[in-house]
Amino acid sequence: MKLFKLMAFLASFLVANISYAALDIEITGGSAQQIPIAVVPFANAAATKDNISEIISADLKRSGLFRVLETRGMANLPTSPAQIKYAEWVALQAQALTVGSVEPIAGGRFKVSFQLMDALKQTQLAGMDYQIAPNQVRTTAHKIADIIYQKLTGEPGAFASRIAYITKIGKRYALQVADADGFNPQTVVSSNEPIISPAWSPDGSKLAYVSFEKKKPIIFVQSLTSGKREVLANFKGNNSAPSWSPDGNKLAIVLTYGANSQVHTINANGSGLKLITKSNAIDTEPVFSPDGSHIYFSSDRGGKPQIYKVAVDGGTPSRVTFEGAYNVSPKFSPDGKSLAYIRNDGGKFKVALQDLATGQVQLLSEGSQDESPSFAPNGRVILYATKARGRGALAAVSSDGKVRQRLNDAAGDVREPAWGPLLN
Amino acid sequence: MTKQSAINTKLITALGLAVFLVACKSTPITPAKVEDKSPSSASTATNSGGDTGADANAVKEVMVDGNANGSADGNPLRDPNNILSKRNIYFDYDSDAVKAEYRPIVEAQAKYLLAHPDAKMTLQGNTDERGTREYNLSLGQRRSVAVKKSLNLLGVQDTQIETVSYGEEKATQNCAGEACDKDRRVDIVHQGE
Repeated sequence: MKLFKLMAFLASFLVANISYAALDIEITGGSAQQIPIAVVPFANAAATKDNISEIISADLKRSGLFRVLETRGMANLPTSPAQIKYAEWVALQAQALTVGSVEPIAGGRFKVSFQLMDALKQTQLAGMDYQIAPNQVRTTAHKIADIIYQKLTGEPGAFASRIAYITKIGKRYALQVADADGFNPQTVVSSNEPIISPAWSPDGSKLAYVSFEKKKPIIFVQSLTSGKREVLANFKGNNSAPSWSPDGNKLAIVLTYGANSQVHTINANGSGLKLITKSNAIDTEPVFSPDGSHIYFSSDRGGKPQIYKVAVDGGTPSRVTFEGAYNVSPKFSPDGKSLAYIRNDGGKFKVALQDLATGQVQLLSEGSQDESPSFAPNGRVILYATKARGRGALAAVSSDGKVRQRLNDAAGDVREPAWGPLLN
Repeated sequence: MTKQSAINTKLITALGLAVFLVACKSTPITPAKVEDKSPSSASTATNSGGDTGADANAVKEVMVDGNANGSADGNPLRDPNNILSKRNIYFDYDSDAVKAEYRPIVEAQAKYLLAHPDAKMTLQGNTDERGTREYNLSLGQRRSVAVKKSLNLLGVQDTQIETVSYGEEKATQNCAGEACDKDRRVDIVHQGE
């Protein structure tokens, strides 16, 4: 079994350095106003192999929106609200603190309790009990971190989610899935021929991807739980760029037959193929708008590649991007209000973010070979592929451009990231 | 502690934890293994037999790629002295124009296909690594279609040709100068090769 290790390489300008286990993410930048929070170690936290309070702390730090306070050295480490001496935490400048406990229960399971307290008002902001199996500790910690994030920032979190990406180690390609913090990497499919363009089904149960194992690009759909894989599209020519409709019933794909790339839609069961774009140009990289009404795609029908949109049933496309001579790989923010894409900015390929209401564009990355933008399910972070020291690596940037993370694989290239939906 | 040793310590920790995590994963994924019939898998098997040189378990390397032994077997497609064995057509940057210098190769392939109506070929378009993968896939396709159209003009029917693209997937990593030039090409592959 191949172990995937994400290892950070940026050593300077650190705000936080979460440096344990499979992932070593280092964060640069940070929100100007980080929320100071104390995550007090849970009572009996050592009962589980994965330390629940450490996972919560790491999630909050990684977001760049929190300043997680050091609790070592504190005389009193409360594990329930009744034990909290609030003055001590206010003195530490904590705006909030979490307390909790882990308790073994019948059947080898655990009861996890946590409370999020407002340190100034001395009130409870959130509280939850979970009864879980030992292998659900990490996911439970991520869910708790999501609750804390939502209560203190007013926006949903995205810690309890997974990412997919392609690794190339030696000559071997692998499509892998890991938790959003890089832990628990698992291989979905591996091949000696390239694999590209992984796309999550909206319910997170399947991945569509393009495999060259038959010496041409063919689209497969694979169930993550059963491993069952089916050919979605294997028509003459190329079959590529799969993207799911918001309801998961169909996919937009790109087929060529004997000519240029054109956008089609196809039902998830492989039936109902329909031609959507009809041009003599390249039309590719289709994505559905979150409301399902339109398909956005890249096309060089106007000479240089730009992003266009077309009604989901076809019709006359209209242009969406106007600045720059190369704008490709559109991806919608989950709220449908903005579009991330890749711009060639004077020879450097960078992540751009366009507000669809105002048309305003912000370049979020430095380049020079950034690709494959993908939004976190809460829209707060954009994950993308980059090059670092000549190798493929992943990077993430907050949608306001303030927080950056870079991650690479100690053993080879990482590329083609795709952020999945929130876990149930 | 030096930076290097700090990283090593982290990696060792990472390895230990990762093994544990795999063993108790919360959401199991069943991996699909793509059956591998390429020559490199055969050589992997050889390597796994050990490198002692006299290992009783050593596996004889099998090259399933019929083109790899270099024997022409009287087949003009594999005869290095025959123009039919020349299979790469190179392109200028951002161009899908088939240059005049490759006309003899295209004409020879057209003549072969017309003389062998059952023969089928795949034209594989390629780009250099600059740009995004899916867009490059479409650019490579445009090159394979350009070669197909040249063959069509010489009378070859579409039924004998499939145009596909690898985009930048075969491109030289971190190419510079002339190395990039070699990436912008169409590879001619006959059925069964």
